[in-house]
This record gives sequence, structure tokens and C-alpha cells, in this order.
Amino acid sequence: MNGNETIIKVENMTARYGDRLVLDSLSFGVNRGEIFVILGGSGCGKSTMLKHMIGLYKPASGDIKIGDVSIVNANGAERDALIRRFGVMYQSGALFGSMNLLENVCLPLEEFTDLKREARELIARMKLSLVGLAEYAHHMPSEISGGMKKRAAIARAMALDPEILFLDEPSAGLDPVTADELDELIIRLSRTLNITFVIVTHELPSIYKIADRVIMLDARTKKIIAEGKPGELREIHEDEWVRNFFNRKGGGE
Amino acid sequence: MKRKPSSSRATCNGGLTGRQLNLSFTGYLDASTLPYLWGEVRRHLSHKGIESIVVDGSRIDYCDGAGTGLLVYIRQTARRLNAAVEFQELDSGTAGLLAQYPADKLDVRSEKKGQPTNLVWEVGKVFCETLNGLKEHIAFLGELAVGLIRAMLHPGSLRMKDFLLVAENSGAKALPIIAMLGFLVGLILAFQGAVLMKQFAAEIYIADFVGKAVVRELGPLITAIIVAGRTGSAFAAEIGTMKVNEEIDAFTTMGLDPVRFLVIPRVSAATLMTPLLAVLTNLSGMVGGALVMVGLGFPVITYVNRVLAAVTLSDYLGGLFKALVFGLLVSCAGCLCGLRTGEGASAVGSSATRAVVSSIIMIVIADGIFAVLFYFLGI
Ligand SMILES: Nc1ncnc2c1ncn2[C@@H]1O[C@H](COP(=O)(O)OP(=O)(O)O)[C@@H](O)[C@H]1O
Ligand SMILES: [Mg+2]
Repeated sequence: MNGNETIIKVENMTARYGDRLVLDSLSFGVNRGEIFVILGGSGCGKSTMLKHMIGLYKPASGDIKIGDVSIVNANGAERDALIRRFGVMYQSGALFGSMNLLENVCLPLEEFTDLKREARELIARMKLSLVGLAEYAHHMPSEISGGMKKRAAIARAMALDPEILFLDEPSAGLDPVTADELDELIIRLSRTLNITFVIVTHELPSIYKIADRVIMLDARTKKIIAEGKPGELREIHEDEWVRNFFNRKGGGE
Repeated sequence: MKRKPSSSRATCNGGLTGRQLNLSFTGYLDASTLPYLWGEVRRHLSHKGIESIVVDGSRIDYCDGAGTGLLVYIRQTARRLNAAVEFQELDSGTAGLLAQYPADKLDVRSEKKGQPTNLVWEVGKVFCETLNGLKEHIAFLGELAVGLIRAMLHPGSLRMKDFLLVAENSGAKALPIIAMLGFLVGLILAFQGAVLMKQFAAEIYIADFVGKAVVRELGPLITAIIVAGRTGSAFAAEIGTMKVNEEIDAFTTMGLDPVRFLVIPRVSAATLMTPLLAVLTNLSGMVGGALVMVGLGFPVITYVNRVLAAVTLSDYLGGLFKALVFGLLVSCAGCLCGLRTGEGASAVGSSATRAVVSSIIMIVIADGIFAVLFYFLGI
């Protein structure tokens, strides 16, 4: 991990669906190489935040930069170049149901590189083995479990060796053991490949284990209610609700 | 007081003193007594000019969640009437329950009231929505046209595997049903014709009639409707499911164009298959007609000769061209409805329905346009 170079900058970003305000003028940065966690209750706009960061939605106002390029204002070619720099794992995995795991991972390689089939498949198999799914290369997404789908989706997101991985609720809906394995995987990938992770989650154990830094979104104020290292937030944050959340006392209003 | 079995466990007395409504409850306020109490409360609250409400809870023996519902109802109604409300001598448990439901969070009415719902407003809303839909449709068609042209110029960029799969599903697998329906339509048509023509001893013209009607009109139409039901709905459901599963988002963030990946193979395969299916519909329609003619005692060769004389090449090609256009419309509608699927599993079902309905509407409209066009072109 080299220094504190900010790789993603979110500047005064406001997100709306129609008239409905979801996120109100947020600003934060993600440093290169860290595991950055976006935290908050259900429906507070975590996925929305993520989908804006990856350019699926345009913010109502404000800007989002990856490196020095704004993903909001990028034109076609710039955008294609930006998209190549990150991978995304969606909440449901979003594997392509008509292709087996190998084909899923191969697809980006097929589209964006001139590699021959043999090379593509080897690389795809390597990615699958990285997430522990080498034996499942020829299974269809419908034939594997939820945890495996998420790992396969991570393998696909890593196909083109991105700098940044965005994960939406990687451990939601998984049993504690599987969730733990996934956390191990994230830490391993972060250490060995120096990938920057932006992760949406609300699993406390997982946050303590993996997060270098967290921001916490608040559904009522639509703002960031806390930002920092999880350990510090637990001990010294001024807001009692936040301290309680991190101490798992269950918050109330 | 009314004598109802449920009222024996609870009562509600009310009276107006000046502009103040006094309500007092006794007994058990729970789900079994509530239907009776609710009616009573409603009756008391319907008095005109209430400015304040006092609820005496001193003789309530028991009040559960449902009972609290009644108290909340009184409070909300008071709010609506701009009347002050006071709950006296509620026991602490009930008061606590009541406090769980802050008044301002339950006011459903005030939210909905903002929108006037008169006819003009409704019509305008539907009009705007249709207009927006149309804009989207045109943009989609443009995108699609670009994609199709690119696919034609660089056939290598077409995803052949998907193309062939769709061609098989929407073409080859539809052959039996198409053959059967074509045959039945030819048969029915010839039979209806026979009843009519017999009066004029002109049965031989059944061949002309069936030939023209099937080849020009019914063959392409029946084919297109089958394609709409089998293929258009399948497209909408497949793509809709992918949308709900965030697979479409995954394509986009991988820098892959969902239109190129999902729509182009489907639209091109289905569009090419529809005229081929129409060929079979026409053929089996002729066979159906022949059966009736043979039944009436004409030799098959006479029937074939009449049909060949009656149906010109331009009839035939015109019909197939119509089928091609219908196929394009149906598959576009299917894919567009799929891509516009909302959130949740039920959205997929409604997309499939929407795809079929709008396909059939478009088929009929296009058929009308063709009728006028062919008339002026003399086809
Ligand atoms: N496509 C959409 N259209 C309208 N509202 C949406 C849409 N997606 C999410 N929302 C709303 O925005 C809010 C935030 O949603 P989301 O970002 O999915 O929350 P979460 O933090 O659980 O991931 C929710 O209240 C949700 O209802
Ligand atoms: Mg979410």
C-alpha cells in the first residue's frame, strides 16, 4: 500500500430518484490499496452510492472522479477506458445465466483483448482458482450455491485485472462460515494484488475484519453520519448512536 | 344499546357537550370487540362541529395492539377534523403503546391528497407518459438500427451462438404449431367459402379465395401472432429477468453494450425466421383448403392449378415481406419491454404481458398500413 493517493473522489454528490432525495451532497475519498466500506441501514442508499460511483447513474449534482477523470462527464472513449479500470460484483452476483462460469469469466477477455481462446481460458481458470472455484468452471450459475455465485462474480470482475473492485453486500445472505471465507478472500486479494476495494455491507464482524476505513450513511439526514477507522468509531465517535452501532448495542432513535 | 355477542365484553359511550365529544370505553379492547366498537366510534365522530375529543380510559380492562388501533384512529380523525384530543386515565401500558405511533407518520391521507385526480389531469398524465414512452421507443429503434446495420456490415460481430439458439427456438421449434394452425385456418376458410359459394354453384372459386386470403393476409398475420405469443413474450421475460438480476447493469459496467449482446441476436434471428415460418403457414393453409375441395369432389390438380393461377408472385412476396416486418416489430417490442422491466419478480410477468399486447396492436396497425400501401402500389 503506497501512501495516501486518493483514487476515487466523490465531491458534493447528490443522488435522486425522480423527486426523491436519496443522498444529499456527499464528499469523501478512497485511497489506493485500502479496503473502504460503505455502511448503513437497509434502504439508506448504499447501493445507490455504489451505482453512481460506477457510472450507472448520473448524480443530480456534484462530481465523481476515478483517478483524475470524472466518470460523470466522461465521453464515450474516456468512459470505456474508465470502466476498464474497475470490476463490479452486484448484490445478486449477476452472472450471465446462459453461460457457464468459465464463459462468464472469459467474456470480458474475449471482448477487450486479442488473446486466443486457449490463453483466455487459462486466464479465466486462474481467476476461478483464485476464488476457489477451479473445479466448477463448467457449471452453470444455476447449479452453484449463493456463496459460490458471489465468488464467481468476483472472479469475473477481476478478469481484466482491475485496480478497483466494487462489491455490493458480498456477505449478505450467506452463512457465517461462508461469509468468513469471503472476507478472507477479500483480504488476500487486497494484500497480494494490491486491489482497492469499495465494499457495501452492514455485517459488523466482517467490517472489523476487513475494513481499513468506513463511512456510514444515514437514511434520515441523507448524509454521512460517521467516517473513520471502525475501531476508532467504536471508541471515540461523538454520536452515541454510532458508538452503539459499532458496539452492537442496537441503536434506537 | 345494541345487543351483539361481541359487545358484551366492551362498550363505548359517547355524548356531545357543546362542541366537545366525550367517549368512554369499558371492558376489553381487542380484535374480537373492535368491529363493534369501531362502528360506534365512527358514528360518534360523524357528528358535525366537533372541536375537541376527550377519551376516558379509566374503565378499560385490557387494550392490545388492535385496541390501540382504535385509539390511533380517533387521534387521526381528530387531526383531520382539526380537533384537540385528550386521552384521560389510560393505563401506562396503553399510553406507551399509543406513543409508539407518532401521529405525523401515519397520516396517509395527507400525502395522497396533493394530487388532484380529475379527468383532465388523468388524460394529461397518460398523454405525457405515452409521449415519453414514444420518445424512448424511437431512441431504442435508432440504437437498434445502428446495431443491426453494424451487424450486417460486420457479420463477425454478431454473436453467432445466441443467434442460432434464438433461430432454433423461435423458428424450428415453432414449426409444428405453425403447420397445424395454418392447416386449420385453410380448412376453416375453405369450408366457410364452400357454404357461400355453393349458392352460386361457384365452388371452384374457393381455391382462388383461400389462396389469396391466406397468402396475402392470414398467413403472415397468424404467423406473426404465434411469434408474438411464443417469442416476443419469451424475449421480454428473458431480458426482464436479466434486468432484475442486475445482469444488464453488469453488461454496462463491463463496457459491453446490452443492445449488441442481447437485442441484436434476438431481433435479427426472429425477424429472419418469421417469413420462413410464414412460408409453412401458407403451404399448410393450402393443404387445408385442398382437403375441403377434394371433399367437394374436385381433383387435387384442378385446385392446384386454380391456386397457381390466382396467386401471383407479388401476392406471395408481398405477404412474406409483411411477415418480415411483423417479425421485426414483435421482436423489438419484446426486447424493449424486457429492457424496461421495473424492479421485482412480478415486473417480469407484466413485461411479458405488455410485450404480447403491444406486439399484437402493432401487428394490426402495420397490417392496416400495408393494406393501404399495397392498394396504391397495385400489389
Ligand atoms: N431504481 C430505483 N427507483 C426509485 N427508487 C429507488 C431505486 N432504487 C432504489 N430506490 C430507493 O432508494 C433508496 C435507497 O436504495 P438502495 O440504494 O438500494 O438502498 P440500500 O442501502 O439498501 O442498498 C431506497 O429507499 C429505495 O427504495
Ligand atoms: Mg443494496
